Amino acid sequence: MSGTTLYDKIWDAHMVQADGDGNSLLYIDRHLVHEVTSPQAFEGLRMAGRRPRAPHKTLAVADHNIPTSDRSGGLDAIDDPESKLQIETLEKNCAEFGIDYLPMDDIRQGIVHVAGPEQGFTLPGLTIVCGDSHTSTHGAFGALAHGIGTSEVEHVLATQTLIQSKAKNFRINVVGNAPAHVTAKDIALAIIGEIGTAGGTGYVLEYAGPAIEALSMEGRMTLCNMSIEAGARAGLVAPDEKTFAFLKDRPRAPKGADWEKAAAYWQTLTSDDDAVFDKEITIDAAALPPLVTWGTSPQDVIAIDGHVPNPATIADEARRKATERALDYMGLEAGTPMQDVAIDRVFIGSCTNSRI
Amino acid sequence: MEKFDKLTGIAAPLDILNVDTDMIIPKQFLKTIQRSGLGKNLFDEMRYTPDGEEIADFVLNQAAYREAQILVAGDNFGCGSSREHAPWALLDFGIRCIIAPSFADIFYNNCFKNGILPIVLPQEEVDKLMDDAQRGANATISIDLANQTIQGPDGGTISFEVDAFRKQCLMEGLDDIGLTLQKAQAIDAYEETLDAQPWR
Repeated sequence: MSGTTLYDKIWDAHMVQADGDGNSLLYIDRHLVHEVTSPQAFEGLRMAGRRPRAPHKTLAVADHNIPTSDRSGGLDAIDDPESKLQIETLEKNCAEFGIDYLPMDDIRQGIVHVAGPEQGFTLPGLTIVCGDSHTSTHGAFGALAHGIGTSEVEHVLATQTLIQSKAKNFRINVVGNAPAHVTAKDIALAIIGEIGTAGGTGYVLEYAGPAIEALSMEGRMTLCNMSIEAGARAGLVAPDEKTFAFLKDRPRAPKGADWEKAAAYWQTLTSDDDAVFDKEITIDAAALPPLVTWGTSPQDVIAIDGHVPNPATIADEARRKATERALDYMGLEAGTPMQDVAIDRVFIGSCTNSRI
Repeated sequence: MEKFDKLTGIAAPLDILNVDTDMIIPKQFLKTIQRSGLGKNLFDEMRYTPDGEEIADFVLNQAAYREAQILVAGDNFGCGSSREHAPWALLDFGIRCIIAPSFADIFYNNCFKNGILPIVLPQEEVDKLMDDAQRGANATISIDLANQTIQGPDGGTISFEVDAFRKQCLMEGLDDIGLTLQKAQAIDAYEETLDAQPWR
């Protein structure tokens, strides 16, 4: 019998019941909640007279509606009444249902996928869900993490489980040393450029190889965050000493003897040498240039010293039209050297890259 | 969740490929804290001018289709963001069934969780129903979920496939949470094993 993958191991360890029809009931260790996709889930609980099964396994933080401009005036200073109401509603729901909430003026508040690891809420080997497609970020810590819809948010609150069908295994080996100025985002874009935005559909990705091991935890988070842009439900990096060093002494990480026990278990969270993957590719990081996108999709990727593509040279009609639409939206001329495109705005604070 | 058994209603033709969830309900309407009330903004950018005037050409603004309960649509319906506001908006408008050659995964799942029946049919059968739907007020289609059949305005019958478990949930109005709560003993038993890993 062949060995098992990291994904197989986490899946097996969380199986509550296999239903025989291809679906399984999977236990959920951690649930992150934000203000946009949760109000209707709490309302559903209220209408059905249900309470959260394990409220301490859920952590809530408002992030999508927090102003990117001045926020010193707090909640009362949010101009948009609907944004304000969504945050107030989250606060009220957390109080009513006994869920930990990181308020807007709390130093721990931040983008939900950054706050989780910072607090040690995110740990290796756990199942983590959130009503947000970029939940795949937490896979950087060797946790099985993916986005869910609002009905599923309610399902997790009420039952601490999810009905899931198992995905297939896809390993992406990244070898070689990334040159200076080639970052985790470049590796992610290179992968999407290679497999396409639907290349990971139906798979959980495992990122492996020396170039992944060389990445910081922040870099691994960026890479795993982008898994969903490749169509994959989740991305994983096996936990190692960097992972443990990041998590040690975080507020919610285990302490003392529990830490030792947890760390010993986390060391076992790797794919076996003889594990079989349904799909596997290798990318040489040493050959990668810094990459940018010229269009509106992450697969519209090109080297920084490349040129904006010319739709007239694309034979496939659907692709040509998509390219024309993207260039029109971006206001770019075919053939323009990318290095001549002026930078008008720099935004620091996306969930993909918001780590300094 | 409202039960789905038989449905006879007006079918509206939406002959567009890759209708994504932002077309179904644009992002600016996601600030609501309710499931209801999204129907008025269903297909907002195709349905209204920026000033809020109805665009007369859009199918759901035409007199014959204002009460439509069925949509006949193009390939890859419901792609894009996972927002469950998309099925909520359709349901709030009154749509209970969508017929298309294919659907995006998450949207397809989200439909069943909200009492909407998504039906996948071969392109030629969707084309036939699209023709039927273009007859305006005469575009009445009947769906019989128990027998998995669709009857067009001329009486012709088309069969469709649906997962047995999902069919049962729709017909009985069962929600996933109610079903999972019946397995509470298995969850209890699993949670007892967690003592060995106190960090979980």
